[in-house]
Amino acid sequence: MSLVQGTHQETGRPAAARTSWLAWPEFNQPAVWLVALILLIMPAIASNFFLIEIFATTLILGTIALSLMFLAGYGGMVSLMQLTIAGFAAYMVAVFGLSANANISLGWPWWLATPVALVLATIFGTLGGTLAVRTEGIYTIMITLAIGAAFYYFTNQNWAIFGGHTGINTIATPKFWGVDWRSDVPYYYVTLGVAAFCYFAVQYVSRAPFGLALQGVRDNPRRMAALGFNVNAHRVAAYAFASFIAALGGVLQVWNYRQISPGSVSVGACIDILIIAVVGGITRPVGPYIGAFIFVILRTFALDLLVKFGLDGNRFRLLIGLGFLAIVFWSSDGVIGLWERWRRKAAMKGGGHGHR
Amino acid sequence: MTRFIERHPAWALILLIAVAVMLWLILAVWPPGLEEAIGRKRVFLNAVFNGITLGSLYFLVASGFTLIFGLMRNVNLAHGSLYLFGGYIGYAISTWTGSWVLGFIVAFLGVALLGVVLQIVVFRRMEGQDLRQTMVTIGLSIVFADLMLWVFGGDFYQIQTPNWLVGPIELPLVTAVKSSGEAVYLRYPMVRLVIFVAAVVIGIAMWLALNRTRVGMMVRAGVDDRDMLAATGVPIQLVFVAVFALGAGLAGVAGVVGGTFQSLSPGEDTRFLLASLVVVIVGGMGSIPGAALGALIIGLAEQLGSVYIPTYAIVVTFLIMVLVLALRPQGLLARR
Repeated sequence: MSLVQGTHQETGRPAAARTSWLAWPEFNQPAVWLVALILLIMPAIASNFFLIEIFATTLILGTIALSLMFLAGYGGMVSLMQLTIAGFAAYMVAVFGLSANANISLGWPWWLATPVALVLATIFGTLGGTLAVRTEGIYTIMITLAIGAAFYYFTNQNWAIFGGHTGINTIATPKFWGVDWRSDVPYYYVTLGVAAFCYFAVQYVSRAPFGLALQGVRDNPRRMAALGFNVNAHRVAAYAFASFIAALGGVLQVWNYRQISPGSVSVGACIDILIIAVVGGITRPVGPYIGAFIFVILRTFALDLLVKFGLDGNRFRLLIGLGFLAIVFWSSDGVIGLWERWRRKAAMKGGGHGHR
Repeated sequence: MTRFIERHPAWALILLIAVAVMLWLILAVWPPGLEEAIGRKRVFLNAVFNGITLGSLYFLVASGFTLIFGLMRNVNLAHGSLYLFGGYIGYAISTWTGSWVLGFIVAFLGVALLGVVLQIVVFRRMEGQDLRQTMVTIGLSIVFADLMLWVFGGDFYQIQTPNWLVGPIELPLVTAVKSSGEAVYLRYPMVRLVIFVAAVVIGIAMWLALNRTRVGMMVRAGVDDRDMLAATGVPIQLVFVAVFALGAGLAGVAGVVGGTFQSLSPGEDTRFLLASLVVVIVGGMGSIPGAALGALIIGLAEQLGSVYIPTYAIVVTFLIMVLVLALRPQGLLARR
């Protein structure tokens, strides 16, 4: 798998770092603290449009793509159904919670509907994973894409639960402690909290024994099997973990838009998640967030930009596709890979004393 | 065949009974009790015929897909785009010249040429990197989809059926018997039958080309072991280009077929990509007979499903895929 080879350097290093959270390499870099600080005080800097349309959306898409990054980067399984799992969670929130479609929604309070949705989506993703691990490599892409597409067509056809092609609208969002958690600033902090939780969970798992074993399974399944590891169980467990993360992203997404329809789980949207993860880089958990940021910026501003250059503004997807092609052609590790290559070059020019 | 019966006598028996029941349902005059239970025979026969013709369309798309995959290990996720591109070419040519057949030829050549360009410019550079090739095909499918949307817009197009194929034809299959004792025969659109026959002919030609010619021998050897074939001095790059051109061209032809008895619009590319994915997963990746069997099963399941259990038609297709994956992950007719 040419796309995941960059991770090897990371595998052995942090065995000792597990003992203390603060000893993680992430916390040694001032840049990380700076980014964290900026993200925390963002509501003071950015307008509400930027806060929700750019940053919250980035965090949500990044979280869903993070689940793909976990599977692809650490497990060597490129799953195209991560958005489908997120969409399933979103549908479940709509079905169990409160919405304008009273004949579908059961009207449970959010604190009951959300966990149920998360659990069901995790089960859904794990079942899908159990199917997908029966195959390997490119076959996995095909199977998961087929699952995603089947779910899309199913939601289109099913009116009893999924509301057909109009979907489910005006979904209630949580309000408690006197706060409307969907109003812009609280919602931003909710997404930031969930995204941070997922990010650190993935970082943690990647260094935990399970994550290391998973990376072993990725690199040499036969050897791991010979060592006594249950290869398929590790893979299915990875799907379960990734499904939970994707489901969290899906719940955030349905709270954001307050509606869910088959359009949100279309095949194109599934592929967008892959694009986000690959453009950002699938060897590090931060990659998907970078990719999501680029994607959201492009999606939001490409129209104006293209019009400014005298081109047709509707060609946004062309831009995305060409950018994706360029990334896949020139860097197997996305933007992160480009950045690291550039730094290595700069370090070499600077006399070799720059640290990597 | 005999080996299969020896190895799995139970499965063989079940299959035999299923085929016999199907034949009886198609050929016999239904007793009134059955008509009451599951509806008119005409509906059933139409669904079966629609399923078979849809299956032949799926076969055209999926056979190219599976051929390319089998030889080059390249999951061409832009295959749906090639299908749609072929359809648009066929539409443009047939409305411009008024000739349906010319549309086929130009679509085949045009899409095959695109396939050649793709193979030489793109895929040759990343040989052996399966995952990266797949990513590139995803990127290409996005670019193609948007380019086609740009040129042709979001409208629905339908390719005009030529006059000599318009209208139904009477088949020697009894759908019902009138009270006067007169038999009512099934009437079915001529064009669909012609397309079915054409698909069968193409399938047999492909099978013959693969199993009886020298080039076909090279291709089969390449499917089994690409490196050994290259080591024996066969110009493997040429074989790759030829196979990619053929596979792409077939997708283009399928596009014209699909544009004739369905319609062309953005989104059809994903639909047919999904269809060929499911077909090759069910039939066995890299196997032409597998693609034929898979296409037949999926086409029948889709049409019968949409008649008898309309809400869950897509689930039937999906369940078949899950069942095959659970029982025979390599596909029904795959050798490995």
